[in-house]
Amino acid sequence: MRTADAAIADLDVMPLRELNAAFHAPDVAAIAPVWRVKNPHGAHALACGIDAPIAIDIDGHVGYYCAGMNQQATVHIHGNAGTGVAENMASGTVIVDGDASQSAGASGLGGLLHVRGSAAARCGISMKGIDVVVRGDVGHLAAFMGQAGTLIVCGDAGEGLGDSLYEARLFVRGRVASLGADCIEKPLREGDRATLAALLERCGEHGVDPADFRRYGSARRLYHFHVDHAGAY
Amino acid sequence: MASARGSALPPVFSATFDEFSLAEIRRAAATGVYDIRGMGAKRRLPHFDDLLLLGASISRYPLEGYREKCDTRVTIGARFASKPIELAIPITIAGMSFGALSAQAKEALGRGASAMGTSTTTGDGGMTAEERRHSTQLVYQVLPSRYGLNADDLRRADAIEIVVGQGAKPGGGGMLLGQKIDERVAAMRTLPAGIDQRSACRHPDWTGPDDLAIKILELREITDWRTPIYVKVGASRPYYDTALAAKSGADAVVIDGMQGGTAATQTTFIENVGLPTIAAIRPAVAALEELGLYRTVQLIVSGGIRSGADVAKALALGADAVSIGTAALVALGDNDPAYEAEYAALGTTAGAYDAWHEGRDPAGITTQDPVLAARLDPVAAGKRLANYLSVLTLETQALARACGKSHVNHLEPEDLVALTVEAAAMARVPLAGTDWIPGNPTMARGDA
Amino acid sequence: MCGIVGLFLKDRGLEPDLGRYLVPMLTSMAARGPDSAGVAVYGPPAAATVKITLARRTPEATFDAVAALAGETAHGAPVVRGDHAVFAIDAAAADEILARIRAELPAFDVTAAGNRIEIYKDVGTPAEVAGKLDLVAVGGTHAIGHTRMATESAVTVNGAHPFSTGRDQCLVHNGSLSNHHSLRRRLAHDGVRFATDNDSEVAAAYLSRQMANGRDLRGALEAALADLDGFYTFVVGTERGFAVLRDPVACKPAVMAETDAYVAFGSEYRALAALPGIAAARVWEPAPATVYVWEHAA
Repeated sequence: MRTADAAIADLDVMPLRELNAAFHAPDVAAIAPVWRVKNPHGAHALACGIDAPIAIDIDGHVGYYCAGMNQQATVHIHGNAGTGVAENMASGTVIVDGDASQSAGASGLGGLLHVRGSAAARCGISMKGIDVVVRGDVGHLAAFMGQAGTLIVCGDAGEGLGDSLYEARLFVRGRVASLGADCIEKPLREGDRATLAALLERCGEHGVDPADFRRYGSARRLYHFHVDHAGAY
Repeated sequence: MASARGSALPPVFSATFDEFSLAEIRRAAATGVYDIRGMGAKRRLPHFDDLLLLGASISRYPLEGYREKCDTRVTIGARFASKPIELAIPITIAGMSFGALSAQAKEALGRGASAMGTSTTTGDGGMTAEERRHSTQLVYQVLPSRYGLNADDLRRADAIEIVVGQGAKPGGGGMLLGQKIDERVAAMRTLPAGIDQRSACRHPDWTGPDDLAIKILELREITDWRTPIYVKVGASRPYYDTALAAKSGADAVVIDGMQGGTAATQTTFIENVGLPTIAAIRPAVAALEELGLYRTVQLIVSGGIRSGADVAKALALGADAVSIGTAALVALGDNDPAYEAEYAALGTTAGAYDAWHEGRDPAGITTQDPVLAARLDPVAAGKRLANYLSVLTLETQALARACGKSHVNHLEPEDLVALTVEAAAMARVPLAGTDWIPGNPTMARGDA
Repeated sequence: MCGIVGLFLKDRGLEPDLGRYLVPMLTSMAARGPDSAGVAVYGPPAAATVKITLARRTPEATFDAVAALAGETAHGAPVVRGDHAVFAIDAAAADEILARIRAELPAFDVTAAGNRIEIYKDVGTPAEVAGKLDLVAVGGTHAIGHTRMATESAVTVNGAHPFSTGRDQCLVHNGSLSNHHSLRRRLAHDGVRFATDNDSEVAAAYLSRQMANGRDLRGALEAALADLDGFYTFVVGTERGFAVLRDPVACKPAVMAETDAYVAFGSEYRALAALPGIAAARVWEPAPATVYVWEHAA
């Protein structure tokens, strides 16, 4: 990005409300398409609800719901992110250089969330079309009730991966501690390798071979109740 | 064969193993799955019928019915939002989803509510274009499932309602086995068509009031602090829930008593979990009063509101407004005896039809079937709803005037008495003709 | 509902600065818990001594009454911080003195008793509480702090965490237990007395009881996984130890950081963000239903 052209916002002097309001201004993409945010100090709801093709670099750690409900924007967090980063994002890109806490990308509809560290529990919970790529590990219950979209984990996955999964596609390269209810391993097809390659390339995750991943998906036994597997609920 | 007892006695039915219990046991044995249905608690519960209003006498004076004003306007959400909801009447339409209801039904609700200057609410499935077009004031629900939730609709909404629970199933969600998802609904919810629906019972990205406070902050930031935010709970621990919702930053709290209807959930849930509506209101008010937030944070009450008397009594107990669900559907034409032959074919009868999840509603309301749905004329049905809301309002005003009130929100608990000990204890008003309020009316338990 | 912070110093050289590191951690959690705040600090041991921390319920009550009651058993004047005072008394006399304080001096709450522990808690924001107590000046080996938003019990000093139910033991809790009434009854039947209605006090008493019955800290927490129900993140302090446990569903937040110098806990990462060396620390979120314990050598 062109640092010289960036609008600088310092949250030590500017209230969060003022900064978010600036991001929400109807003409923000024309007036200030590039931003640098300093001193976030773990602020919550930073850069949420943006609907413009702007680029924001955040120098530091953010709290909950950073880039929540993001549309079109590219938000790059140079630090750690709290609960619910990019929750319900519909389009755009969110990059976390550090770790993401619980419920990263929760109920995301689209766009790309790239976590370069590890993500904690419930990464991609209720995902509805978002693509999530995690360089490190994910915690327990990743992609719980995941409906659509793609989760790629280059590291390990914790307990209960893909519990109650619908049609989201999960790819894990490392160890899976355990699979959740109705989640099974599925064969890695040619198309899956292509999907992996494309997303990994887009995230600049080089030196990671799509063939090293295993695919996980829904067994679809919870789709139609049968009393004989009532214990699965 | 003569019985050992000699001349035959009439058969004796057990009150415990009654006709319904026996049928339910047989059904469970046959299917191996729990029963689900709509419509809310059907059992008899202490309710507004057990409360009476004390009209004017010598010590109090009434207002003239036709000349002297009895204001019905209510503002919801001025605590933090820059564009609060201005209601012409203190009766709103509760959240009911497109998916549970037909598009025509949602349109009718919008038309009727808008004609009367009040709001409708989306449901579990998101906002439809028809709904937004036909409602002048639309409350947008944020539910655990997050089906259909998106920022564009959030910004188009006039208010936001974070749903923690509802009266029919506080704490519930779960598999709604047998409630099938049809094509249009599936597309809106990003789900495969034709499968059993599941409902998350907790939100995916927050649990507990400390995190709710942060969630509310996020929604405020996304809507630039314009939009009022309600928190809705099923009546369970209304004192604590109201306090926590207020502390978390809500503009309004919606409390839904167990009489509240639903599209479909486990029958066992509907009938056995929650509080009767009249037991939920005073604790919620007490919580707000202790925080110094009564009337600053508004209280909207739902669950079995049927008549202007119910509205007036709910307001007297301390609600700022009420919300109706089942009653609105009946006003549109739900369970209409005109369709009796079809109800009979479904194994039920007008007034008892509650299999709303099956989508075969002869009235065309709780269905996605295009043939059935076409039976409901949204314009005519909207007019029926407007008529009904008008009657509710006139009745409420008549009762309020009779109690000497120039604004319906000036009704207070001291305008009420109870007919039963239970209602007196729950509503914390005296038994009629006495000054006795049974039970310990304090809510704050403090430290031992 | 709340914010929790905790700090366990591995590097003894940092002990004088314990308070200096802890206070920013605590104040960063103010939004999670605006009603009251509390800290437990573990200071240097002293032979044959029990420290009793008291908070006065009213501003008029003076600690002279306690000094008079303690008499010869007290080692010098108490250390006073805000509305709290710490009396060091003969270990042999401790049980009796504590019983007499509870019986005869209702104007004071005993917040903690033990060889090393001190507990300070008060209503108000974390910054207000830390200021009144001059917490920045406190030193020690480990500390646990808590900022509270009251849920099902009242906002009072007694209702604030940490809860101490045994010598040198304390617990802070973020979450809500769902079977605490039944647990309370069982413990009460076994003779445990409770000062509050608070579910967290029940959890603390449960653990103390387990340890009194011979389990170590780890064993007590493993027993808790079976007996306690609900949502919880616990941080527990003992004389030498510091432990963390999340329930099996693990919805309530928890972040930890470890370096060669310390182990730290926060409900949110930003509670840890100002710690020295945090950029290179191992940062992780504890796994559900997993007991984590760090202890100093005896």
